[in-house]
Amino acid sequence: MRGILGWGAYVPFGRLDRRQIAPALSGTRSVAGYDEDATTMGVAAARLALRQTPAEPAALWFATADPPYLDRTNATAVHAALRLGRTCAAYDAVGSVRSAVGTLRTALTSAGPTLVVASDLRTGRPGGPDEAAGGDGAAALLIGSDSDGPVLAEQVATASVTAEFLDRWRIPGEPASRLWEERFGETVYTDLGREALKSALEEAELAPGDVGALVVSGLHARAAKTVAATSGVPAEAVVDRLDGRVGNPGAAQPALLLAAALEQAAPGQVIVLVSLADGADAFVWRTTPALRDHPQPVPLLQQLDYGRPVPYLTFLAWRGMLDPEPPRRPEPARASASAALRNHDWKFGFVGSADEGGTVSLPPSPLDTSAVAMADRTGTVVTYTVDRLAYSPSPPVVFAVVDFDGGGRLPVELTDVDIDELAIGGRVEMSFRRLHTADGVHNYFWKARPVREKGV
Amino acid sequence: MGSNAITDRVAIVGMGCTRFGERWDMGFDDLLIEAAQGAFSSAGIGKDDVDAYWLGTVQSGMSGLALSRPLRLDNKPVTRVENYCATGSEALRQAAYGVASGAYDVAVAIGGEKVKDSGYQGLNAFPIPGDGTARSLTAAAMFSMIVPAYAARHGVDEDELRTALARIASKNHANGARNPRAQFRREMTVERLCAMPAVAGRLSVLDCAGVADGAAAAVVVRAEDAHRYTDNPLFIKALSFVSGDGRGLMDPDYDYTTFPEVAAAAREAYRQAGIADPRTELALAEVHDCFTPAELVLLEDLGLAERGTAHQRVMDGAFDLDGELPVNPDGGLKSFGHPVGATGLRMVFEAWLQLRGEAPAERRIATYGKRSLALTHNLGGYPGEMVSFVGVFGTG
Repeated sequence: MRGILGWGAYVPFGRLDRRQIAPALSGTRSVAGYDEDATTMGVAAARLALRQTPAEPAALWFATADPPYLDRTNATAVHAALRLGRTCAAYDAVGSVRSAVGTLRTALTSAGPTLVVASDLRTGRPGGPDEAAGGDGAAALLIGSDSDGPVLAEQVATASVTAEFLDRWRIPGEPASRLWEERFGETVYTDLGREALKSALEEAELAPGDVGALVVSGLHARAAKTVAATSGVPAEAVVDRLDGRVGNPGAAQPALLLAAALEQAAPGQVIVLVSLADGADAFVWRTTPALRDHPQPVPLLQQLDYGRPVPYLTFLAWRGMLDPEPPRRPEPARASASAALRNHDWKFGFVGSADEGGTVSLPPSPLDTSAVAMADRTGTVVTYTVDRLAYSPSPPVVFAVVDFDGGGRLPVELTDVDIDELAIGGRVEMSFRRLHTADGVHNYFWKARPVREKGV
Repeated sequence: MGSNAITDRVAIVGMGCTRFGERWDMGFDDLLIEAAQGAFSSAGIGKDDVDAYWLGTVQSGMSGLALSRPLRLDNKPVTRVENYCATGSEALRQAAYGVASGAYDVAVAIGGEKVKDSGYQGLNAFPIPGDGTARSLTAAAMFSMIVPAYAARHGVDEDELRTALARIASKNHANGARNPRAQFRREMTVERLCAMPAVAGRLSVLDCAGVADGAAAAVVVRAEDAHRYTDNPLFIKALSFVSGDGRGLMDPDYDYTTFPEVAAAAREAYRQAGIADPRTELALAEVHDCFTPAELVLLEDLGLAERGTAHQRVMDGAFDLDGELPVNPDGGLKSFGHPVGATGLRMVFEAWLQLRGEAPAERRIATYGKRSLALTHNLGGYPGEMVSFVGVFGTG
């Protein structure tokens, strides 16, 4: 039986208080940093998903409606940052929100461990409903069978219905979607959702009352709520959509909410995921006793307790809705393709080197004899600075010299940090980020960020 | 193995130095011509009397053509050299070795930089294609990391250290205010400097050397020929240069309170020059005050103050014009700005003026007439990863 071998959810550190958009609004939405995109958030979620499982993915699927690149595959950067093997296939499923559950279905019908990563940034026009209702985040599910490792939640049944109708649409290149009149979509989606749920439960030979946790995801919030409310599943089993704290992270929402349900599930519980997107998809899972031995290293619900307020104007600038005065410094040049390939393990995998005496070099030295994986090491701040002169898409640059536990030192940029948090002796961990984009080339590398107790 | 000193084998017999600053009126060629002509007339020679030229510039021109074309040199060997912020000193080092080797009778070292035409503030390195992982911090920020590290290492209150850094800037501004070749000629009080907003760490823009255009040149000959050109030549006592291995960026033992490359270059220079106690033997030191924390650390690495005491000695006025050892009497990079290829030779120019008694009375060093040795120092790169030059020059 195939099922979930591991999961990870990632909500970025930024939070936009919706009252900054309009006083009548409430709650917060998650905001990806200026140095984050669907790829980097996907890496963060996937690192958590892989952290406690022995399985090595044979394939990687990356789904997003906001791909950093077209034409070239985004999943390869995720693959590289995770240091997956050369023979692990990596594919994108980009453009539509529905692709995310499509990759999940693919993984469930594949052979070998398959890593499904869904990641999205949601933006709308300033002041519009999608801007406030949207959210940013990522989630990853490692799908496999008993032979790959302990299955935490086994797949019991799956059902899909597909429908062509106009509810939400976006021409490529546009920053925001457009919506048809809301009641039409609600009516169509409610019927589709009920149909998929009914089919899946029938296949599973379960009644709505057997469902311990029901997740209904989808960009049409009213439809999702109606499906949940009329499903027959007890109201207390309906999983919070996190609209008030995260917002709707689009393609990432189904797996993100499933992760939230898994975090709180007991062994033997039935969890149902219904996704409303251009039809409906339903997945029935049953958690296993192995779940008890799988504490999540950085639970989603704890990530939500952290976060830094992002001013509305900063949010608009990060999303390209405002064009603020740039720093009066030359912009960085694009990274060299050949140099990036040569230094692939360092740039994407954060792999240093060590000599025979064990002295670590960051970046790696050609004179050294062994490679040293550094991405999961924590470190300590030796000294630091705040650079208000250096070019950055969001100045100032916060920077520190970091000594890593077990050896190795790197002067490195910090992210997700408040200036008054800086101190010699401060503890940091590494995070895969997009440093800048030049000539349309995204420059990915690692930054350090403060370790927060139980934080991400 | 090791270096063999050329102590007292080469003499400087002529020097020229332009005014440094925002020279919107002059191109790179104009600056080189003015510095060269100053040096030629100072030595009483013409350009054809020079056997070989070394041009130091980082990014204002490439190859010997950058000098031979504007000066219309007729089939002379001209070499362009680059070594970060020690580029001007590197040009002098090569010219001196050219003469010491016997290959040439008369050589010229000239350095210059035209940086204000970039349209950006600060120095901007020529972009070398890379994998995109190199840090892109400004030099100001890299040097600002010394401040919390020094405070922690030596148990100094950061506000007290902030005041000492302002005192360094104030001293150099006061000296530069008396120097017509300096870019910034306004005195700055410690209080005003401390009140400036921070741009990098705790450094304000006035903790940073300015960016300037400028050029300087020196004519060098064999020591025994020196008096054919001038009655009071400057003899080269030591030339020392170290290129670090970058270990500080990776070595957990490096604590950002010292520049080991500078200490090594200084040890070698003092050995070559036979200096046992620089604090009592040097008449002046021109040190690379690209940022105020750099000067603070240099005072210790060059042996001009005991470890952990430089901030106190600065506050005591030990390095003022009338102090026990004047440091940067011409105003330093702080007042001159930093045309990278010119800076090292600009420092030697100050030694040339001061040791020969040609510095104007209002900024004459208190040690004049009592001591006859001057030190010049450049560093290039960043804490943990730098090149360092130390030269010693004397009249006797």
